[in-house]
Amino acid sequence: MNSFLLDGAEIPFEPGQTVIQAALAAGHYIPHLCYHPEFVPHGSCKLCTVRADGRPTAACTLPAQAGLKVESETEELNDLRRTLVQMLFAEGNHFCPSCEKSGNCVLQALGYDLGVMTAGFRHFFLDRPVDASHPDILLDFNRCVLCKLCVRASEEVDGKGVFSLAGRGIQRRLIVSAESGRLADTDIAVTDKAVEVCPVGVILRKRVGFRVPIGRRRFDARPISAQALEDAPRKPEHKHE
Amino acid sequence: MSEGRIRIATASLAGCFGCHMSFLDIDERLFDLLAKVEFDRTPLTDIKHCGPCDIGLIEGGVCNAENVEVLRAFRRNCKILVALGACAVTGGLPAQRNHLDIGACLQEVYLTEPGLINGQIPNDPELPLPLDMVHPIHEVVKVDYFIPGCPPSADAIWKVLTDLIAGRTPRLGHGLIQYD
Ligand code: SF4
Ligand code: SF4
Ligand code: FES
Repeated sequence: MNSFLLDGAEIPFEPGQTVIQAALAAGHYIPHLCYHPEFVPHGSCKLCTVRADGRPTAACTLPAQAGLKVESETEELNDLRRTLVQMLFAEGNHFCPSCEKSGNCVLQALGYDLGVMTAGFRHFFLDRPVDASHPDILLDFNRCVLCKLCVRASEEVDGKGVFSLAGRGIQRRLIVSAESGRLADTDIAVTDKAVEVCPVGVILRKRVGFRVPIGRRRFDARPISAQALEDAPRKPEHKHE
Repeated sequence: MSEGRIRIATASLAGCFGCHMSFLDIDERLFDLLAKVEFDRTPLTDIKHCGPCDIGLIEGGVCNAENVEVLRAFRRNCKILVALGACAVTGGLPAQRNHLDIGACLQEVYLTEPGLINGQIPNDPELPLPLDMVHPIHEVVKVDYFIPGCPPSADAIWKVLTDLIAGRTPRLGHGLIQYD
């Protein structure tokens, strides 16, 4: 079998696998946020940036190649990842104590695991009203990390196209594909993959918040670096179960 | 660290005292701590002004002119300054007013809120002037270490204090770093 080197460890891979897929399947964690094993990689968050033969590259879009030398667990790269997490916190409104996703949130768990202790940047404190129009689903735009997972899930799995990302650069934002812009005027259902897949506290089921006590939430027991390995390897052909 | 007992000062700025309560949650470890440290200005002593200290713990962000003064005095006097808790680290709950206009906030709370009779916006000269935004403390002074959490657990506070007292760089691992 073909293999590449990740931080000195030999990682076998099958043709067509990306570096992150092969690494996770082999029990080696590379931090990631917009990558989800069930979806085609989007490559936008750059949390998974590694040095491949010296060049900084997103591991979630990089095809595995025999003999590649990949570095991931370095102080330099983890510093970069900490900065990315801090930027995501700064450009949203993330007040974890009042967020229903707290303890189950990928952004927060990345912050914990990477040891992000400070705000880092001056926060934007934008005024972004929530959309509570839907009877079963709350939409809190304040916490969107623009990973596009809901867009991909709604299109590819639910066949609905409820969400899209609009604007560019710092203006980029999540929008609801309805003339009114309100979630109530879409055909989204609480059972949709788009609802389940949001890694942070944007798309939330109503009336279930804070049901799991502190200590028993997803990332209370183990850090995301261990949890991600638990969740892998789900092969792409087994997606959408 | 200086000869003899280590001096610690603490203050709550725009906070709820929750971090201080969590600090007291170290429970009987307080006795171990008191064997090694003495307290300068804190809500636990009645000392009003911070003198020269080894460690200063600041709870809460900066929401008014007095907070700025107290914080600067701590920075001048403390060799090591620690941001204790979410509000000191990021602004926290009080900073949730930052997207609102402070004038409009005061109007609503003191003048137009339903049920208010003869409301007026407090303007006693003794009251510190509010700032237009609530700031994390590192935007005002240099901060050496940060303990996130709302509040940080007693174990997290204990870990940082014992690390500092032992002359180590404080490190919080899984379960001790928390943002909620
Ligand atoms: S989405 Fe995550 S990081 Fe943001 S407030 Fe909620 S728990 Fe915190
Ligand atoms: S709403 Fe959630 S899933 Fe959709 S782009 Fe934002 S963070 Fe990603
Ligand atoms: S996980 Fe690779 S770019 Fe987001």
